[in-house]
Amino acid sequence: MSTVATYPSFSGRLAWFSNPTLARFMRHKLAVLGVVMITLLVLACVFGPYLLHYTDLSIDIRNRFSPPLTGNHYLGTDALGRDTAARLLNAGRISLTVGFFAMLISTLIGTLIGVVAGYYRGWIGAALMRFVDAFLSFPSVFLVLVLAAFIKPSPTMITLIIAVTSWMEISRIVEAEIRSLRERDFTLAARMVGASHRWIMFRELVPNAIGPIIVAATLTIANAILLEAYISFLGYGIQPPLPSWGNMLNAAQQYLGNAPWLAIIPGLAITLAVTSFNFIGDGLRDALDGRSDLK
Amino acid sequence: MNADEKISVAHLSVAFRRGAGYVPVVQGINFNIRAGETLALVGESGSGKSVTSLAVMKLLAQAPKTRIEGSAVVADSSGRAIDLVAMSEQQMRHVRGNRVAMIFQEPLTSLNPVHRVGDQIAEAIRFHDHLSKAQARARALALLEQVGIPEPAQRMQSFPHELSGGMRQRVMIAIALAMEPDVLIADEPTTALDVTVQAQILDLLRNLQKKNGMAILFITHNFGVVAEIADRVMVMYAGRIVEQGSVAQVLSAPRMPYTQGLLAAVPRFEHAGLGQGDLGTIPGFVPDPAAPPAGCAFHPRCAFSIAGRCDSQAPALEEVEHGHQLRCLRWQELTASVECAQGGA
Repeated sequence: MSTVATYPSFSGRLAWFSNPTLARFMRHKLAVLGVVMITLLVLACVFGPYLLHYTDLSIDIRNRFSPPLTGNHYLGTDALGRDTAARLLNAGRISLTVGFFAMLISTLIGTLIGVVAGYYRGWIGAALMRFVDAFLSFPSVFLVLVLAAFIKPSPTMITLIIAVTSWMEISRIVEAEIRSLRERDFTLAARMVGASHRWIMFRELVPNAIGPIIVAATLTIANAILLEAYISFLGYGIQPPLPSWGNMLNAAQQYLGNAPWLAIIPGLAITLAVTSFNFIGDGLRDALDGRSDLK
Repeated sequence: MNADEKISVAHLSVAFRRGAGYVPVVQGINFNIRAGETLALVGESGSGKSVTSLAVMKLLAQAPKTRIEGSAVVADSSGRAIDLVAMSEQQMRHVRGNRVAMIFQEPLTSLNPVHRVGDQIAEAIRFHDHLSKAQARARALALLEQVGIPEPAQRMQSFPHELSGGMRQRVMIAIALAMEPDVLIADEPTTALDVTVQAQILDLLRNLQKKNGMAILFITHNFGVVAEIADRVMVMYAGRIVEQGSVAQVLSAPRMPYTQGLLAAVPRFEHAGLGQGDLGTIPGFVPDPAAPPAGCAFHPRCAFSIAGRCDSQAPALEEVEHGHQLRCLRWQELTASVECAQGGA
């Protein structure tokens, strides 16, 4: 009996450093780099503005178009003499927040529709998935532009507009996943003990599909940031003087010849954020799929 | 339904829609199981065993896709008789896992891989009893102890993949027994387990049955298991009962050629190494329910069938002695010849 008593200490929860999922993620060097970059970017956007000498709206009219590293303007100034560093970090707050909440909302919508369609199949599933196809068949950039032209563009509205046009991918992934999960024995076993359909969908099936959902959600943040930059660049998104990476690019294009840093800096920020999220998504895909160990 | 009968199934028929028509899969099944009794349901794959159990639990596809007729009567929690076949999905939710529970063949896939074992049992309790999470977990712990899981407090925190096959089946039994059901349907619960664990699980089921007096419908194709656990046996072929009786009647003196064939196919320890030739086999396959043979459904595979009789006349279920019924046109002649052969040997 004494040998049995020692057994639980071996089978307890695995410590984080020997967790196989985490180990697989850590092997994906670019994904780790992505996590580091996003963490730095978020910390910079949250705390950075308090450390600078200027706010994003203060105008230093004598130092218009100063290149990076002049005086206290670490990243230079724009056409109105506003500090580029302050604007970049404040724009990052808005762009990342819009991207994050657009991801949250579109993941919720996509998961909900995907679960219901995949679980009920039949005419309910067919109707929902044709609805998804209909949404997918619109070129989403134009849909966003049309919506943005009708609605007063505030960060909240832009978030909603992006969310409404980017949930379809997730619902397709979830639908396929749920379709195969619902055929597993534990679904039948859950019905056997008297579980309701809603319980089975959200408490039995969704937790099993969480891996693909997380991966899709990460990639959706990247797309949402890009989409926000896109519509702001075209002038339908976040409106100046509120900064966003997209409208900083828009303002910079007239001065591309003599003040190229005004375009390069927000451009780099967008590239960095989007590629980092894409790397994280890739890493998560490998980490959450146990089969990738077999390769 | 008699007072001590826990489940009474009458004229249960199931048909699946195929194309324009319906294909009968289970036809006119009658049985009842008393408190503390175990009825074994035996037959080849495709004979309709599992469909019968799923029909009782109403877990087959809904009405236009399947047609279920007959009745399956159990008592609800207040003791009133209810017919499961006539119940709505909403009402069935209060019956499943509460009055009638089921355990499956494959205990790994029947447990949700992402939830802890203790939570799965506790939630199953909370579907039927309005208990707090803490109360339900306390009950779950007691259940794990009852089904003989060592270190139940630690095992509550385990995920299904961390348990062995036998342990998982014990967890499934704990879930099934959580609400002290009147009827337990066990669909080949020991098939996926090795023989020693199989014996432990059968012991466990028998002991639990002795304690709470539930009726067990035990679906299997293993006659060894039947001999070990069952009181009565029902042999199914092509959706019909072809022979039923007590374990002694059916296993030691089978009268229906199909049952004889099934029993001849069981390897016997006392014959080992004696070189008595090959194990018995039944030639052919279970007939397609969409195109059943005329006459006796078993006649194309039966060594004793006679042209002009077995292929034209469908046999009825006849009582050959008290409690022993079978479906064969020639049982009287065949019994006589068996007795001759045994007399000669």
